[in-house]
Amino acid sequence: MTERSLVEAINLALSRAMTEDESVLVLGEDVGVDGGVFRATAGLIDRFGAERVRDTPISEAVIAGVSVGLAAAGFRPVAEIQFMGFSLTVLDQLVNHASRLRNRTQGRLTCPMVLRAPYGGGIHALEHHSESFEALFTHIPGLRVVIPSSPRRAYGLLLAAIRDPDPVVFFEPKRLYRLAREEVADDGEALPLDQCVTLRNGSDLTVVTWGAMCHDTLMAAKTLEDEGIEAEVIDVATLRPLDFATILTSVEKTGRCLIVHEAVMTGGFGGEIAARLAEHALMSLLAPVKRVTAWDTVVPYPRHESHFIPSPARIAAAAREIMEFA
Amino acid sequence: MRNRTGRATRQMTQGETMARAATKSPSRASSATSATKRSTRSTKTAKATADVPSNEALVGYYKQMLVIRRFEEKAGQLYGMGLIGGFCHLYIGQEAVVVGMQAAIGEGDTVVTSYRDHGHMLACGMEARGVMAELTGRIGGYSKGKGGSMHMFSREKNFFGGHGIVGAQVPIGTGLGFRHKYQKTDRVSLTYLGDGAVNQGQVYESFNMAALWKLPVIFIIENNKYGMGTSVQRAAAGPSLAERGHAYGIPGEEVDGMSVLAVKAAGEKAVKHCRAGKGPFILEMKTYRYRGHSMSDPAKYRTKEELNKMRQEHDPIDNLRRVLMEQGVAEDALKKVDREIKDLITDAADFAQQSPEPDPSELWTDILVDA
Repeated sequence: MTERSLVEAINLALSRAMTEDESVLVLGEDVGVDGGVFRATAGLIDRFGAERVRDTPISEAVIAGVSVGLAAAGFRPVAEIQFMGFSLTVLDQLVNHASRLRNRTQGRLTCPMVLRAPYGGGIHALEHHSESFEALFTHIPGLRVVIPSSPRRAYGLLLAAIRDPDPVVFFEPKRLYRLAREEVADDGEALPLDQCVTLRNGSDLTVVTWGAMCHDTLMAAKTLEDEGIEAEVIDVATLRPLDFATILTSVEKTGRCLIVHEAVMTGGFGGEIAARLAEHALMSLLAPVKRVTAWDTVVPYPRHESHFIPSPARIAAAAREIMEFA
Repeated sequence: MRNRTGRATRQMTQGETMARAATKSPSRASSATSATKRSTRSTKTAKATADVPSNEALVGYYKQMLVIRRFEEKAGQLYGMGLIGGFCHLYIGQEAVVVGMQAAIGEGDTVVTSYRDHGHMLACGMEARGVMAELTGRIGGYSKGKGGSMHMFSREKNFFGGHGIVGAQVPIGTGLGFRHKYQKTDRVSLTYLGDGAVNQGQVYESFNMAALWKLPVIFIIENNKYGMGTSVQRAAAGPSLAERGHAYGIPGEEVDGMSVLAVKAAGEKAVKHCRAGKGPFILEMKTYRYRGHSMSDPAKYRTKEELNKMRQEHDPIDNLRRVLMEQGVAEDALKKVDREIKDLITDAADFAQQSPEPDPSELWTDILVDA
């Protein structure tokens, strides 16, 4: 097996899917000749040709809409939007069309498309190049929202997303693109699109997170371990539909829950998890559910990014507060 | 190549027409502004009638272009030193466009552009110190270090940004044109966009509204041949970007964007059109960026030969320098200008490194009015 970075795993999954299924097409800005702004699609045009790997004009709304049309007609388009911050004009196509095609046609038409976009901070950019607004998408019935946090999960989840018969929004934490490598077998094995992944077992509190925050949370968990606090860390991975059962089971065991996300707090997806815990786990909770998130402000310029995005220290501090409560 | 009138007689080659005409026959310079390629009924070539500027004015344009060039070179250095975060899009090669357009407008006219914006700000009269300090994210920057390279503004200089989303500034510029008309001024909105942006839907929604309501908007398409890594030929259908407003009845012209005088002449014509209440105008500036799309772009999608040819034969600053020498401007005077600019940029770079970083508490300011 070969060790691969997350972005290489994405590339591998795309290659695999295109090899297996001729209806898989890749389209986006600079995805072909240039190989993608983060090189996620590097080499695909050489292997599969410019007919299947399409450089598009800078027209995000149309990239999404063309994908809906292709998908409705039986193709499996995998569209790339260069940064999540550029995806706001695609919302119309995703919300008003992609997500509702199955429902409107009672399944006579479906929309098996994937829309990939790098998201999140950590590359010292700002605003459009660093934002995390996955909650805009998790709000929409009929869309799947997937966020991998490791090369292996990126490979398996992307294959699953491409094979899935419904529209999937696939957000890739760009800070992790080249941060770590792990062995990724090109075995064609997809991962389930409706399951959380428990990254670490623990009995004292449950920390629920996703994307790049998985890494910071695991670092915090290590610190807490040294202090005698055993955190269970859950990577949500598939935000919609949410595998709440795994989270609930863990919280019933630990009695405490901390939710960590890189997006700003208000209206963030952490609020949805907290609300469900309030509805279903009240009698198991020993302490209030807490959230560690970015502050409710605009992504700042690089030097203040570390104040904005949750750090292992902030995560550990919040965990201690929960432990001190009860 | 060129007939006696100095007018281009073959397909346009950027800068060349102007340079030759200007060098050999300065008095005819402004008649050689046109890009004759693909001229159609709706896309007339620019036949400028403006007077040839004085030596003093020419030196002024030279100075402004060189300020932008040296500023950008310094920004590239600071980026390389890790002092500038995020993405940084340099304007080197395109200087004649903003300097020529700025020379064509007056007090109260507004400017808006996208993210390759340092040159526009400097041309608008914004200070090099404030722009550079914004790049380095310092409190002395135009956005107090919160906006970065792509997000700066100046109410005083009527510069409405610096915007990061491709094409999204075009409706904003249309709104500025609406304001000019609504307030019954004869001011115009210079709305810049790139060749990549011309394939965004909101550009056409803007064209329609601007034409429908006869708004004084000059849509300046800076065609530097590449939208990120994709060439115009691979991204844009149709014979000419200048014709993109045809369906809305918006006149358009191709302009040699490597010649500041050609730009100025075309700009003056468009401004006159707008001030007369005739509605919007499109100028397609044929230009070229010497650097990658951003500092992180190695620009492998084009050849070194192509780049070198542009630099050697069509450089807007070198060409104007030659004109100035022909006009009898002393080399010493130009060297003095060069030195002054070097000092200005060194000062800006020093300031940008010495100005304090904003306090973390700035994270919570300017979200809503009382925040």
